[in-house]
Amino acid sequence: MTMNNFKKSLQEIARYPSAIVGAVVILILIGVAIYTMITIPYQKAIDLWRGGEDVWYQNPKTVPPEWFNLFTKKKEPISFVINTQKGNLTRTINTHSDGSSTITLTYKFDYQFDDFPQDIALYFNSKYVQKQPFASLEWTTPDGRKIQVANFAVPAQFTYRVSQDSVLQTKLYGVDPEIALFADPKSPDPKNPIPIKGTYQLVITGITWEKNSDISAEFVFLGQVAGLAGTDFYRRDLMVALLWGVPVALAFGLIASVCTSVLTMIIAAIGAWYGRWVDGLIQRITEVNLVLPFLPILIMIGTLFSRSIWVILGATVALSIFTGQIKAYRAIFMQVKETTYIEAAKAYGASNWRIISLYLIPRMIPTLIPSLVLSVPSFVFLEASLAVLGLGDPTLPTWGKIIDDAFNYGALYKGLYYWILEPAVLLMITGLAFALLGFALDRIFNPRLREA
Amino acid sequence: MADDMLLKVRDLVLHFRTIHGTVQAVDHVNFDLAHNRAVVVLGESGCGKSSLAKAILRLLPRNVEKYSGEVFLDGQDVMKLDDEEFRLSVRWVGMSMVPQAAMNALNPVLRVGEQVAEPAMIHLGMKKEGAIQTALKMFQHVGVPEDFLGRFPFELSGGMRQRVAIAMALVTSPNLIILDEPTSALDVLTQANIFNVLKRIKSELGTSFILITHDIATSSELADEVVVMYAGQIVETGDAARFFTAPLHPYSQKLMASVPRLRGTKELEFITGQPPSLVNLPHGCRFAQRCPQVFGRCKEDPPDVKQDGRMVKCWLY
Repeated sequence: MTMNNFKKSLQEIARYPSAIVGAVVILILIGVAIYTMITIPYQKAIDLWRGGEDVWYQNPKTVPPEWFNLFTKKKEPISFVINTQKGNLTRTINTHSDGSSTITLTYKFDYQFDDFPQDIALYFNSKYVQKQPFASLEWTTPDGRKIQVANFAVPAQFTYRVSQDSVLQTKLYGVDPEIALFADPKSPDPKNPIPIKGTYQLVITGITWEKNSDISAEFVFLGQVAGLAGTDFYRRDLMVALLWGVPVALAFGLIASVCTSVLTMIIAAIGAWYGRWVDGLIQRITEVNLVLPFLPILIMIGTLFSRSIWVILGATVALSIFTGQIKAYRAIFMQVKETTYIEAAKAYGASNWRIISLYLIPRMIPTLIPSLVLSVPSFVFLEASLAVLGLGDPTLPTWGKIIDDAFNYGALYKGLYYWILEPAVLLMITGLAFALLGFALDRIFNPRLREA
Repeated sequence: MADDMLLKVRDLVLHFRTIHGTVQAVDHVNFDLAHNRAVVVLGESGCGKSSLAKAILRLLPRNVEKYSGEVFLDGQDVMKLDDEEFRLSVRWVGMSMVPQAAMNALNPVLRVGEQVAEPAMIHLGMKKEGAIQTALKMFQHVGVPEDFLGRFPFELSGGMRQRVAIAMALVTSPNLIILDEPTSALDVLTQANIFNVLKRIKSELGTSFILITHDIATSSELADEVVVMYAGQIVETGDAARFFTAPLHPYSQKLMASVPRLRGTKELEFITGQPPSLVNLPHGCRFAQRCPQVFGRCKEDPPDVKQDGRMVKCWLY
């Protein structure tokens, strides 16, 4: 196959709409992969993915993505944050003559949702030398009711969650505070309360006793939907793993498929050309490899040796070279080997390697390219399957890891479909794209497969 | 005298191993070829002509049982070289070959220009550009238009492919070219054309040829000498002019009688029976079973009879 023919073949792709779709999707995936690696560099991705509450405290746990609201009548509350940078926060200070001061923090937000939040958390920071500042929290609903939420002394760092305040719960007649604070007392069914829509206000009145003492708090509203991809039980934004899954899946699939196909072909060509013990050795290795169980060996390597994606990739390639494909290629090479032009090449003194590379292998390229493209999805799926089996790379966020986490958490039993469907759909799209392109390439390079 | 010979073949043996037994394809063959001469190897299908060519160029299949003898090329015994030395110093340097079914002898994925340039790149250490220039010169020798350089083999007619194959044999300017049935699949006009090309090459470049063919009539155009093979052995060698007018061996006579003549009403003759299987060769003369002049002594192995520059393997002489 020379460059010119190759170009012609590629131009022929234009005649297959399915191939264009496949190629466009692959290009988009490659674009996303590059974008991801630039915007979330490897180290940052790992820090994010392995970071705990410190990184992800602003996210609710296991909630679907925000765009779910587009498809439902009942609008779920979207998570948000009010702090000195974001949201409607006013702060007033009244300094008294004895050195103490009153700091008023007012958090105001508009609430237009049909459901209750997961929780409301307040992250306090205070400065003091000896005496802790004191804070009292007052909640104002749109219909003008005022609820005394809590009073407490604030240590240097302190987190207050309304859902965990049992005193408040008792005060609210045993209803969960995150519901009671929003519920309309006039709801027709008290067991199924309806939230009041409108502007809510939380006022924190802080009293500091010392000069230079200060108090501040970040208001975190943990809704029922968050981000573009939802969150998992560590409050992590799934988007990080979905995005990083693209380069990982493409790299694993493409490297494994290219290495496997090319090495298989070269080894088959060497065996067919040299024959005798070389061929015998290759065939015996293949036969032994064919009866070796692929997955258990990978599980063994993953368990006993290393779960690094590169080690698993290497083992996958090594185990995938000597497969039935080598026998198929060999059969074709044996046929090509007997053709007159190979004998002619031998006669005019072409070296063995020249004959293999210039005469045998080019004849295989029309078979190789489609099968190479078609085998990409199987390696992508393999990587995901290994992750689900708990053999995924422990550091990298990947699609398989998301499915594994969801599986371990029992996402499907709990109705958290988004958690499994997102990576699964991406896996399917990737597989489909390569399949569409591969089938078209197969028809282009092997015209006999075309229907008349 | 013998040392001036371009090619001397002595006791060349090539036996193959098959499931039926040993095939004695080339059995103790001797012949000489001088510079700028053409020898035609005649014989029926399966008599070992192509095997002789392969034995000389050491293009052996896997199932070789016995391969021995001496092949002197310009005085050097090339049989003593190891495979790598042989590949680098004999193939296409000392002698080249236009293989049987040369129309299919071109790599379908290489342009013919690159293909013809290949031997020059391998043996003369030329860069691609220079080698293509050399290929172009060879195209002019064999009468292939320049613009064919960039074409693929499937874009060429049979005759053109044949010329390309000959151009490829010429590109390293070896002293000897072996042509294995170079015109067997071509129409008569193209055949004549190819033979004219070969004649011109012989006179212009001083190349020697070993021409293996069934086609006695056309080959007589080019031949200086004739070698007749039968059942793996040479039964007659000699000067072409004298051979064509008066062949000595009964087999040669029968062979010549089977060639149609333009004038005369003589019916074409053929030789009854089949040549002996190369696996189970009869004792004594191998042609005895089909020979019209067979007599008692033919059961013994016939000697090589030399008669003023001609050799014949027959008890009649």
